[in-house]
Amino acid sequence: MTIGITGYGAYLPHLRLARRVVAEANAWFAPGLVSKGRGHRCMANWDEDAITLAVAAARHATPPSDTRDNIARLLLVSETLPFAERLNAAVVAGALCLPDAVNAADVSGAQSVAVASISQLVNAAKAAGETSLLVAASNRRTRAASAPELDYGDAAAAVRIGCHSEAQPVLAEVLGTSSRTVDFVDHFRMAGEDVDYHWEERWVRDEGIGKIAPAAVSEALDRAGVAAAEVDHFIFPTVFKKADAQLAKRCGIPDAAVADNLSATVGDSGSAHALLMLNGVLEKATPGQTIVLTQFGSGMACAVLKVTEHITRFRPATSLAAQLEGGCEETSYTRYLAYKGQLKLERGMRGEQDKKTALSTSWRHREALLGFVAGRCSVSGDVHFPPTRISYTPGKPEQDTQQPYPLADVHGRILSWSAEYLSSYMAPPHHYGQVDFDGGGRLLMEFTDVRPGDIDNGSEVKMVFRIKDIDELRGFKRYFWKAKPVTYPENDAQS
Amino acid sequence: MPQGIKDKVAILGMGCSRFGERWDASPEDLMVEAYNEAMTDAGITPEQLDAAWFSTHMEDVGTGRGGIPMGIALRLPNIGVTRVENFCAGGSEAVRAAVYGVASGACDIAIALGVEKLKDTGYGGLPVATVGTYIPQWYPAAVAPANFAQLAAAYRAKHDVDKATLKQAISHVSVKSHANGAKNPKAHLRKEITIEQCLKAPKIAEPLGLFDCCGVSDGAAAVIVTRPEIARELGKTDLVSFKALQLSVSNGWEMSGSEWDGSYVHTARIASKKAYEEAGIRNPREEISMTEVHDCFSITELVTMEDLGLSDEGQAYRDVLDGKFDANGDIPCQIDGGLKCFGHPVGASGIRMLYEMYLQLQGRADERQLSNVRTGLIHNLGGQPNQNVCSISIVGRLGE
Repeated sequence: MTIGITGYGAYLPHLRLARRVVAEANAWFAPGLVSKGRGHRCMANWDEDAITLAVAAARHATPPSDTRDNIARLLLVSETLPFAERLNAAVVAGALCLPDAVNAADVSGAQSVAVASISQLVNAAKAAGETSLLVAASNRRTRAASAPELDYGDAAAAVRIGCHSEAQPVLAEVLGTSSRTVDFVDHFRMAGEDVDYHWEERWVRDEGIGKIAPAAVSEALDRAGVAAAEVDHFIFPTVFKKADAQLAKRCGIPDAAVADNLSATVGDSGSAHALLMLNGVLEKATPGQTIVLTQFGSGMACAVLKVTEHITRFRPATSLAAQLEGGCEETSYTRYLAYKGQLKLERGMRGEQDKKTALSTSWRHREALLGFVAGRCSVSGDVHFPPTRISYTPGKPEQDTQQPYPLADVHGRILSWSAEYLSSYMAPPHHYGQVDFDGGGRLLMEFTDVRPGDIDNGSEVKMVFRIKDIDELRGFKRYFWKAKPVTYPENDAQS
Repeated sequence: MPQGIKDKVAILGMGCSRFGERWDASPEDLMVEAYNEAMTDAGITPEQLDAAWFSTHMEDVGTGRGGIPMGIALRLPNIGVTRVENFCAGGSEAVRAAVYGVASGACDIAIALGVEKLKDTGYGGLPVATVGTYIPQWYPAAVAPANFAQLAAAYRAKHDVDKATLKQAISHVSVKSHANGAKNPKAHLRKEITIEQCLKAPKIAEPLGLFDCCGVSDGAAAVIVTRPEIARELGKTDLVSFKALQLSVSNGWEMSGSEWDGSYVHTARIASKKAYEEAGIRNPREEISMTEVHDCFSITELVTMEDLGLSDEGQAYRDVLDGKFDANGDIPCQIDGGLKCFGHPVGASGIRMLYEMYLQLQGRADERQLSNVRTGLIHNLGGQPNQNVCSISIVGRLGE
């Protein structure tokens, strides 16, 4: 039985912070960081967090043409889970409309856990034929004028793991895995704290990566029956310059196999980064190639993969390559600081509005709110959001005729819109308007990842799962779907 | 087909407070101001009132719930006071209830009073309203300017009007209202403005600038109604009567399917059609002397001219620019200054509009008096273009 990766997807936030502006703003205080002021790092919008990033990556990994009904397990890996109590993976499962029978869990603690989880999911496939979705997302906070501010990047990545089938063929077989768990503290963050605390780089390189990683890599290669020299892609996320090449060399892996760590365009996305780099590799991999996927953190996790002949039979809904090409350059450092909770903005009196969420209401309408499921009248074909008992059919209201009709993967066109500066909103002007869905349905929606000039009547939009409101009084976030432009005016790109 | 309300009920008296940022006045003070004027105008004593309807919209910064605030503020003689709330049409709704009350014979004399105290929020614009527990979880926390601004986007697209021309037209709407409001001692904003000021004003919600938005004010207005024979018994002549009172409320059609194109207000077309039928009006462009419409935003007034049938579809912007609705135009609109200059104390606005009609029909509008006023139309629109309540009231001289 062939077990391995049957789907993959990555998500990069639309905003790409120019490191230049960070370095320049802080040069008076931290001139040593000026040398890091090159390229871009991905930056979550105000309405994105580890949950929404994960949903986006998972959606890319499970395109609309591909069923999600067979997903039996969902692991959400993140060092920045928004909820300490409340299963974050349950929100993701709801947004993906996974069956209620799914076994979902949050996984956290070290950056190596996403890769370490692979063996567990392979075992689930081996024992019970289960298909699993492994999603990792990172949205870390950083202190102003720190190295992590420039090194880190926000992103998410997902892989689907299961047994080979005609409908969901294995694209890369898992040949072997290995793990090391040791309390080597290269960085830490206590529960409830905002930012990471790092120990000296030289010690981490020499005593940590240098001594812990090679044995784990060798063990995984041995178990897979693959010689180090045959490795085609070596994935080792690190923010330390050339640490990946040094480790490859030490393991006997060819230098050419060292995978691009996306530092120039994304930054290091922590617990999601190995899977993110894996996405980059899989998009270009050819049958027969060997991939060594590793990540360091409180030890080391490794997996050895063999690309199969079916690799070209799958394409993520949106590729990493396309996302690397897209996005919008962000040149406001204070916007970054504000979105990362490092700069308190005056929100005005309108920002004082209570955003309390009635949890009983949320539960009652969970399919509509999390899964974005509308009701389609089986008589008239009219689509209603939210679903209602009585459908409007001119002159003839039908009752109890609506069937569930998911809108998340349906595109729409803007019927009318405005952008206002009045309300308290974290990305002014606040854009919203009416969206007509292809095939029926209409909704007044918020637009996200937009700036003035990005949209007009008739613009095509797609649906994205985002933070709707933040209840600062009680520390709660609620989520819903927003409309995002499918394309952007050319003169706006990277401007 | 119902008989309708035409000429069954007349106005016995009216009052209207000065509108504005009434830092000096509580909602109770505003009520007293409007009530005193209305009672003096009617020439009756409190004991002659049989019932009251009370319109107020905002609860958090307003007057309070139920009928008690009005009963206590005016020390009414323990008559029934019913609070009416129906967004921006609340004032007209209170009038409708009082008119229906006396028309039915259940009471002889009734009062409708609307009040809103908006300037105790600490910030400009309308207070943020609560909308239950479900809607905030999916509907955008939309503000009124952006809801109505969308009319402009859809209108431009439908009628192929360029941005600059439409902006010129909506600016003309505001310039005209300011010119009218400058002559009204009870208006909040009494300064004339120029097209250039409108065009250069800070943007509130694309494409609406500051001068495209009505003011936010405190105010109260009241009307006392009775049957015509009672009015005559009380010595009144030259009576102003109700010709039509119609209300249309969205049922979700605009938000379902794709028939509605977003460029007009569906309920306004339904309510005005019914109102013309009820009033026996065949050609509104000839028979309506003046209008007071719900110009919460300049673009709303512009599309309303088409919804009321006073402009051809897609032509209102031309009619506006041609001055058709100016004080000296064919069908003057907002001769008192409109919401633009009175501001919009939500619960009071409908009655404030009726007040101007009453004065004009009785020839008591001083500097603003129009000649040959026979029939006036009042339009209130509450909610937003895609889901709303629209009331149309038509008044005129009794028997004409």
